[in-house]
Formats: sequence, C-alpha cells, structure tokens
Amino acid sequence: MALDYEESKQKIIGGLQKKSKSKSKFYFSDLAKILDAKPREAKKIVTQMINEGILEFWSSGSTSMYGLKGAGKQSAAEHENE
Amino acid sequence: MAKHETPLLDQLESGPWPSFVSDMKLEAESRAKNVNNVEFQIPQDVIEDLMGVLELSYKDAETHWKHGGIVGVFGYGGGVIGRYCDQPEKFPGVAHFHTMRVNQPSGHFYSTDFLRQLCDLWEFRGSGLTNMHGATGDIIFLGTTTPQLEEIFYEMTHKLNQDLGGSGSNLRTPSDCIGAARCEYACYDTQDLCTYLTQEYQDELHRPAFPYKFKFKFDGCPNCCVASIARADMSFIGTWKDDIRVDQDAVKGYVNGEFPPNGGSHSGRDWGPFDIQKEVIDLCPTQCMKYENSKLEINNKECTRCMHCINVMPRALRPGKQTGCSILVGAKAPILDGAQMGSLLLPFVEVNKENDYQEVKDVIESIWDWWMEEGKNRERLGELMKRQGFQKLLEVTGVDPIPQHVSEPRHNPYIFWKEEEVQGGWERDINEFRKHHQR
Ligand code: SF4
Ligand code: SF4
Repeated sequence: MALDYEESKQKIIGGLQKKSKSKSKFYFSDLAKILDAKPREAKKIVTQMINEGILEFWSSGSTSMYGLKGAGKQSAAEHENE
Repeated sequence: MAKHETPLLDQLESGPWPSFVSDMKLEAESRAKNVNNVEFQIPQDVIEDLMGVLELSYKDAETHWKHGGIVGVFGYGGGVIGRYCDQPEKFPGVAHFHTMRVNQPSGHFYSTDFLRQLCDLWEFRGSGLTNMHGATGDIIFLGTTTPQLEEIFYEMTHKLNQDLGGSGSNLRTPSDCIGAARCEYACYDTQDLCTYLTQEYQDELHRPAFPYKFKFKFDGCPNCCVASIARADMSFIGTWKDDIRVDQDAVKGYVNGEFPPNGGSHSGRDWGPFDIQKEVIDLCPTQCMKYENSKLEINNKECTRCMHCINVMPRALRPGKQTGCSILVGAKAPILDGAQMGSLLLPFVEVNKENDYQEVKDVIESIWDWWMEEGKNRERLGELMKRQGFQKLLEVTGVDPIPQHVSEPRHNPYIFWKEEEVQGGWERDINEFRKHHQR
C-alpha cells in the first residue's frame, strides 16, 4: 500500500526534530526506519519533501545524507556535528 | 610576481613528467591577462589562492579543505561536491571551491566545439581548472562558488544539452569503453547500453537512496579497457559463447612474419622473429591451443576468453559470433575490508536492445532491492556479499549455482542445502534408520 504523504511527512519532521539536539544529518536508512517502509516507498516521500524544500541533501562527496532545511552548519565536515 | 610564494610546489615541476603545477600557473597567468575580456564570476586570482593553500598543506602536512557540505543544484542529491577552505582569510579566492561532476558522453566522444563550450562556461563561472577525466569517468570541474552552481547547471542543461554526473550515495555516472564505435573486439554495443541505463536510472543517479555509491562499468570484451572487473559494483564484460573464429591463412601469415604481432604495438624494439609457440600457445592460460602441421587448433571448451591469442594475432583470430556479456558483481577499492575484484554472477547474458535490455535490468533491480534493504550505511555491494554470502546473492537474483561460481573446489564451500531442498528435511526417525543401518 502506498504511504500517505501528509502523514509520512509529519512523521519524518517529528522524528528528525526529536533527534535534532544530537545531530542534524541523517542517512536515508534512518528516514526509511522512521517511516517503517521499504526503501523504494520511502524514497518517493523523501523526494517529494526535497522538492517542497522541507528536507535538503548533504554530501561529503562519497556519502549522502538528509537534514531538515537549514538545520546544522551547511559547511560542516563529515561527522563534525555528530 | 606570484601572489603567494610556493617553493614546494615549484620543486614539483622539476620532475620529468607534465606537471599539474605548471598547468595551474598557466591558467593563473591566463586569467590575470584575460585577453578575451571574460567577466569572471569568481575571483580572478582563484588559482593563486589555490596554489597558496596547497603550498600551506604541504608545509603543514595536513589538509586545509573541509570535506563535504552543500550538494548544489535544486532537486539533485549529487553531482556537486561541496569544498570549503578552513583558511578563508588567507585565501579568500578559494573560501568556496566546489567540484562539479559533468556526465561524460558515453565512450568519451565529444567534438572540439563542445569541449570549447564547456571550457568557456567554466572559465566564466568557475576556476577554469578541469580534470579530464575523474576516476568514475566524469568530466570534473574544479572549483566554483555557491551562487554559480545553479547558473552553470542551467547553462549546461539548456544550452549544452548536458547533465551532471553522480556523487554520494547514488548510482555513479556509468562509464564504458570506446567499444563498437572504433574497436573490432567489441562483443556488444557498450555505448548503447551505457547511455540507455544512464537514462533509465536517472532517479538513482540524481536522488541518493542507496547505502553508498554504486558503479556500473561496461567493457566490450575481456580486455577490460575501463577496468570494470576491478572498479565496478556491477561490471558488464563482453564475451562470446561459440568458437573463436580462426583464419588459418592469416595464422600462417603471422608465423611467416608477414604481419607484425599485436597489431605492431611492440614494434619499438627488435624482439626477433615471431614465435607462435612461445608467444601464443605457451601463454594460453588454460593450455587449450596447439599449432601443428601449420594448423592452429583451439579446444574452445577450455578457453576462458582471456583475449591473449586474439590480441597477438588480431588478423587471424576473432571472438565468436554469438556475443553478449558476462555480469560480475562486487568489485571495489580498498576503503573498508580491502580491495575486491568482481565475482562472476552470470557467465553469459544476451545484450538485447530490442526488448530494452530487460534481462540486464532484471538482474540490476533484484540486486538493488536486496542491497537497499540489507546494506548497512556505507556498505558496498561487495561487502554485503561477503557478509551475507554469495549464496544469498544467488537467492535474491534467482540465479542457479553453477560451477563457474566456485573459485576453489572443495575449499570453503558456500553453497549449502536448505531443509526444504532435502528429501525428508532435517528430521528423521532414528529407529526407522537404525533398522537398516547398524551403529
Ligand atoms: S574493452 Fe575490448 S571492446 Fe572495449 S575498447 Fe577495450 S579492447 Fe575494445
Ligand atoms: S582466448 Fe585465452 S584462453 Fe582462449 S584460446 Fe586464446 S589464449 Fe587460450
């Protein structure tokens, strides 16, 4: 069954805010876990959240991560904020 | 006079090879003169600052780059690698110095006109420094500032019909050998398959949802010019099923010295007359050839398609006519767990354009489904294969075990019977058994 977008969005925002004290960047698998969904299903939700500007990508060049837009330091080095 | 003193860099220029330091100086000078009156969008002296920070890194024996950050253009999770200098006051020109990856055309075919347009764009909006090509195959643009990223992307996609490549936990830019375009050894059309899969998997290329990077590489034959077997999570290596085609007259021609062996590529020195026994027959890794009574015989069943004989006598020998590719999986460089070569998964797959390469896509997608679910963060496919076993890979891809999957017989076997495959399962009535078998 396809996930409901609005509901999933709130879950992700809530999930990331809860952890925002300790870190601001998350692996894709963390997001899939919050949604308790298969990666391909989770990807659809995450992509839409990127397109709406709620989430943003962060990358070290070799690894990619996700964060709530504006959270953490944009130029932070890998693992610097964890 | 140069903006920063760079004695350590200058010393590097004294070696016998072309020097990247000399290249940087050339570009710095060209930007300073600016004969074409380019309205540079990032500092004109960016290269001077780049050399300055590099000199400082050599002196301090540590890097002054911060690794990572923004990934650039809207909607894309790859293609731009954020780089920031940790000494921005000293080197303001490189405070931001982001890398952009440009998806190279398949087989690296482009016109000089196209190259010029790329370079003009990069001179105008970036440092002018490029790397042709990065290890993944992309055209690399080295160094620009954040506001330029969208501008460059717009120009590339709207005027040059060109896309960014992959980086991060994405499908990386697929790359292929020059293949059928210029090479008679090609067993399938590498350009077509590479381009097709690049288009087909745009979502995987630009929106990262993998545990880590994933690379496809396409070699038209086992000569492996893009080294797919050592570098790609999935390597597609051209091969053939039937017999090597032999032109006996041409074989004699080689033996009689009418044609230079190896297409003349070792002709810089006198190696003496061609000796087919020593240079071909004895070097066949499976010892499946012989040359007797002026006739070359090949026991094709034993041939491992190593290409050696064909490379030495291309006029006489050619790959067979029933061609396709082998698919190998799990190669990677040594970051975690040591380097790994690809393991053979499918010895022969038809590479069929007519049905949009369905057979190939089925294998790819079953592997992705497995790895996306089971792979740990930053775990390459090759590491997952090691952790969960090759048998698991066979299971998820629906491939039956075959002898070619076994690298060393009777040693550390990885194919186990499962209970449902064994008649009667693991449980048995011991009393019934004892009726027929004494202790
Ligand atoms: S890999 Fe084979 S087909 Fe491709 S360019 Fe090299 S020799 Fe030719
Ligand atoms: S391709 Fe290699 S293995 Fe096959 S016959 Fe030639 S030298 Fe022997």
